[in-house]
Amino acid sequence: MLEQQLINALSLGSVYALFALGFTLVFGVLGVINLSHGTVFMLGAYAALQAVTRLNLPLSAALLVAFVFSGALGLAIDVLVLRPLRQRQAPHLIPMIATIGIAIFFNSATQGLFGAENLRFPSGLVPDQQLIWGDIQISVLEAGIVIFSFSLMAAMLMVMKKTQLGRALRAIAESPKAAALLGINVEGLFMLTSFIAAALGGIGGVLIALYSNAVFPLMGQPMLHKGIAVIILGGMGDIRGALVGGLFLGFAEVLAVAYIGSTMRDAIAFGLLFVVLLLRPQGLFGKVLERKA
Amino acid sequence: MEGFDNFWAVYSNLVLSIGINALLAISIWFTLSCGLLAMANAAFMGIGAYTAALLTMKAGASFTVALLGGIGAPLAVALIIGMPTLRLSGVYLAMATLGFGEVVRILILNAERWTGGALGLNGIPQLTQWWHVLASLVAVLLVLWRLRRSRVGRAFEAIKEDDVAAALMGIGVMSHKLLAFALGAGIAGLAGALNAHLTFFIGPAEYGFERGIDILTMAVLGGTGGLAGPVVGALVITLLPEFLRSFRNYRLMINGVILVLIVLFLPKGIWDPSRVRQWLKRSRRGMPDNTAGVR
Repeated sequence: MLEQQLINALSLGSVYALFALGFTLVFGVLGVINLSHGTVFMLGAYAALQAVTRLNLPLSAALLVAFVFSGALGLAIDVLVLRPLRQRQAPHLIPMIATIGIAIFFNSATQGLFGAENLRFPSGLVPDQQLIWGDIQISVLEAGIVIFSFSLMAAMLMVMKKTQLGRALRAIAESPKAAALLGINVEGLFMLTSFIAAALGGIGGVLIALYSNAVFPLMGQPMLHKGIAVIILGGMGDIRGALVGGLFLGFAEVLAVAYIGSTMRDAIAFGLLFVVLLLRPQGLFGKVLERKA
Repeated sequence: MEGFDNFWAVYSNLVLSIGINALLAISIWFTLSCGLLAMANAAFMGIGAYTAALLTMKAGASFTVALLGGIGAPLAVALIIGMPTLRLSGVYLAMATLGFGEVVRILILNAERWTGGALGLNGIPQLTQWWHVLASLVAVLLVLWRLRRSRVGRAFEAIKEDDVAAALMGIGVMSHKLLAFALGAGIAGLAGALNAHLTFFIGPAEYGFERGIDILTMAVLGGTGGLAGPVVGALVITLLPEFLRSFRNYRLMINGVILVLIVLFLPKGIWDPSRVRQWLKRSRRGMPDNTAGVR
């Protein structure tokens, strides 16, 4: 059954990669560890759920709702909280703590509005047939997640490598000040990055809510912890790293459950992280940030 | 006196948890003061709590021995994991220590024979008196206050500012970092041991990611400039939810907003000696002075 395990690992890994993508983008460009990313992710799932249950929209429209809603939220967080901190040049721990406050706010607001219980998308929203291929089976949803994550990642890489926008973003990642001197609209691109990262997080939230069939206020927290492990594994701020780190973690977890036992599943992510950091402090893909005196 | 007795009956746990949180905030502040962002303090607290609780419950040790064990065990673990991890810097150190913390939590969860697994340890004797907490806090503050003014404290400061330059001045960077990390772990373990003998029950979930973030928040919100910062931060973070009790379900929401507002409007934390000094100067002159950018 190794093939089936590998398929499971592929879909789980794609889910992690999808989450980590926005997370690593914000770190790479804005230099902020955004601990509210898990919350934005959760709110995306709630927005889509509302769109489906209240407005009777189809899944595609609900995904669009989640995209726009989460994106707007990410933009608002950037403009209202992160930008003032940026202008003050606060040390990097400070924005991180602000995002903790934001996460607490939205998590408990959601709990107050919708209750702490598990909500579900109505059944039949996604065709629940299985694609069978010899011994291997994969659900339509899982296949969709894998394809979506990979194509998104490919599109992002293309944008980053080949377009003027990508060059500008890479310049900002190197040094916002130098980028501004070269005439790049740094603030505008910060806002765009915040929007895109959060919007992708929202989409990820919907897909994972469908995948695990559960929407609840704290659904983003375990994801956030895994996301941190993923972007460290892959190298912080690296898009390829998010994909590779996500898949790596997915495979490690699935294989650990299959061959070691399920109790240690969560120790794998962080145990692995610990070991990788000791052997390769910059992550699998990260650049060496060595300072010479 | 009766009024005080009533107050104490209702709020003694709250007051003592302020003290314990202050110890935790100090433990991370101490490593921060050496320029290390290490986030394993929740795990060290857990190691201290479980060691001390097991000592009193299963080995029948006295409270003093339990407290010493609660300090010693995390300190020893910190010395062992510190050697490889402290080579990392910045965010990478934070993440590695966070990872270590999660592994500790899961090991506690899985070592059911000793730790009771997810059910935790129940029926820990309530040996912690108020003066234990107070004495620990005062002792830790005194030691650290003295340390800050010593050669070692100045070395920490130098390493925090620039560890390459510090190494060039002949400071043993690695040994000082290890010292800060291990002492911080010991303080966190002490807090854990005190807390375990106060709350009657401990479980692995108390020492996870959220607790680590809480501890860091207390230290940074309070202000990392001086020793008073983490104490003030612990006071505010512990009391805030209590004052917001009347908001019921939305209490955490307001808690979150206040956290963001403090970060936005008090850049150096709540306790910021230079701002206090400036305020004093301003009120003495009787008019606002023109140093808007300094704040």
